[in-house]
Amino acid sequence: MDLLRKEALASPAVPACRPWPRMAVDQATWRATINQLAAGECDLLSLWSDGAQVHLAAFRPSDASVQILSLDCAGGSYPSVGRAHPSALRLERATFDLYGVVAEGSSDTRRWLDHGRWGVRRPGGAGEATAGAADPYTFLPVEGEGLHQIPVGPVHAGVIEPGHFRFTANGEVVVRLEERLGFVHKGVGQLMSGASIEGAAKLAGRVSGDSTVAYAIAFAQAVEAALEISAPPRAVYLRALMAELERLANHFGDIGAICNDASFALMQAQCALVREKILRASKACFGHRLMMDCVSPGGVAHDLSADKAACLGELLDWIRLMTPRLIALFGDTTSLQDRTVGTGILNTSLARQFGCGGVIGRASGREFDARKAIGYAPYPDLSFAVGGSRDGDVDARVWVRFDEVSASTELVTQILERMPHGPINVEFQARTGAVREGAALVEGFRGDIFAFLRIGEDGTIESCHLRDPSWFQWPLLEAAIKGNIVADFPLCNKSFNCSYSGHDL
Amino acid sequence: MQKFLFQGLLRRALTEPAPEPDAAAVAELGYTLGRTANRKLGRSLSIREVDAGSCNGCELEIHALNNAYYDMERFGLRFVASPRHADVLLVTGPVTKNMREALERTYNATPDPKWVVAVGDCAFNGGVFAESYACVGAVAEVIPVDLHIRGCPPDPVALLKGLIALVEGSER
Repeated sequence: MDLLRKEALASPAVPACRPWPRMAVDQATWRATINQLAAGECDLLSLWSDGAQVHLAAFRPSDASVQILSLDCAGGSYPSVGRAHPSALRLERATFDLYGVVAEGSSDTRRWLDHGRWGVRRPGGAGEATAGAADPYTFLPVEGEGLHQIPVGPVHAGVIEPGHFRFTANGEVVVRLEERLGFVHKGVGQLMSGASIEGAAKLAGRVSGDSTVAYAIAFAQAVEAALEISAPPRAVYLRALMAELERLANHFGDIGAICNDASFALMQAQCALVREKILRASKACFGHRLMMDCVSPGGVAHDLSADKAACLGELLDWIRLMTPRLIALFGDTTSLQDRTVGTGILNTSLARQFGCGGVIGRASGREFDARKAIGYAPYPDLSFAVGGSRDGDVDARVWVRFDEVSASTELVTQILERMPHGPINVEFQARTGAVREGAALVEGFRGDIFAFLRIGEDGTIESCHLRDPSWFQWPLLEAAIKGNIVADFPLCNKSFNCSYSGHDL
Repeated sequence: MQKFLFQGLLRRALTEPAPEPDAAAVAELGYTLGRTANRKLGRSLSIREVDAGSCNGCELEIHALNNAYYDMERFGLRFVASPRHADVLLVTGPVTKNMREALERTYNATPDPKWVVAVGDCAFNGGVFAESYACVGAVAEVIPVDLHIRGCPPDPVALLKGLIALVEGSER
């Protein structure tokens, strides 16, 4: 750490990044950080590039600090992080696809987001036009007697997002799953470069529609940090209210959907009712069922009147009534437990190594929750327990969701009780005549969303990087399914419920 | 479990009255449906949903059509797992270039007669992603579209209105 501080003092002027400093480092410091990541002294938050530099953000649990390091990669390469710390592998592949910078010594150099179809290589860098014909893709080799492969997707059987799964099975048992993603890559990073703050906020809210509130908060917090402004206290509470409603709606939806994948439709029917009521209340309070565009840099779009707050109170009473019934329904149905207990086990060491956040990490003994670890407002003023388990199976992931449902119900109650009065927006001037940078780490229903952005002198977004929690969860699904039967894949997959759109960006 | 099942027997249905078919949607459909659907398929329509690059917002609202409040199946509309079983493709997203071929192949795998409903603002014109190097844009640029249901995302009532228009249209 001291080494890093000295390095920062000696380095050439880097635009001020808030609330966490960004430091330009040399290769020696970069390599030292890789060693720390590999040794588990800190968790990788993200790895990205702007073409000229490659950036790495890490969280150090010992002092709850976030570090952002930047290494010059004008020569077109940098020492691979993924070589020693595999959670960076796919981020490095994506960085190569977008900017053409090479991770030297990486064990996996296949393209990831770029399927050869964009008509351009390295769209964020030099950009080289191509015919747009599909690239061949080599899946990892699997050898052995009696093995067969099952290709699934990108179009799946259910109403879900697209991605490709390549199963290798021995009879009924999965011996390897390899994912191929990138099908819903929409070039959000490039669309944001040069966009106004309002335009970029709209895009941030559409990175992953189920987490629109969490993304909008992460983006807004990063903008506010960069411009050194703060949203008024009432807006901060309203944001937390929306975030917890989003978490509740998604957790209920997931619990129902997991049980449905074990053919227990009764749970799905009941949970879908709860979810629908939450979405209707969200619409009544904030004008949109998913609360898209309801959080904006500087504050929130809609205030909450007293009568609408009362409606939320009624909703909470009903959720308090329903939750124990649903818990009993889940816990007492032994035929359902038969499917969930011991299925799709993710062990603690992998969850820790990959810095896996959200329900998945917490169900496997990694307790990280950005609301506690970073402690952004208003969460330090509220009391809540984070659910957890060490079992790491589908069952644990359902129970942790139940824990979080109870926690979020209490959080919403506290938020409504303590909601301060006052304005819901702060006026701000984006054009400051200086380049400014901001970052944020916000807990969505899937886990921690990392945001980093740079605002130019003219007040437009120069670059913005958003890292979905799924980056560190998708690879672990490959590990969790190993040794399970093919028929349990939907159950395992739904219990992870990773985002395709948030990952592919 | 018995409690829930008893409740299901005794309680009034939560399902809301059917919304009127969307007049604009009926007009857009024009003669595309004609009498074919009714004559060949009866009233039921099997729907295959294809996410061609959506942010997942549209999918969440499409999912909601199956909950007890909207109960899509009472209109003879149901989701199927394969395009081979489908009469209608419900397509979302600004058609990413990486999904274009998959969408075309899904369309080609769907037997005639078939209809395509483009759901959401992205599927209409690419939405906020229209300018991207990675997106084709409107679904109509890739496969023929019979009906657009706008919205970001369209709520379940808007979806139902559009789909009911599709069913009603098939009876004319």
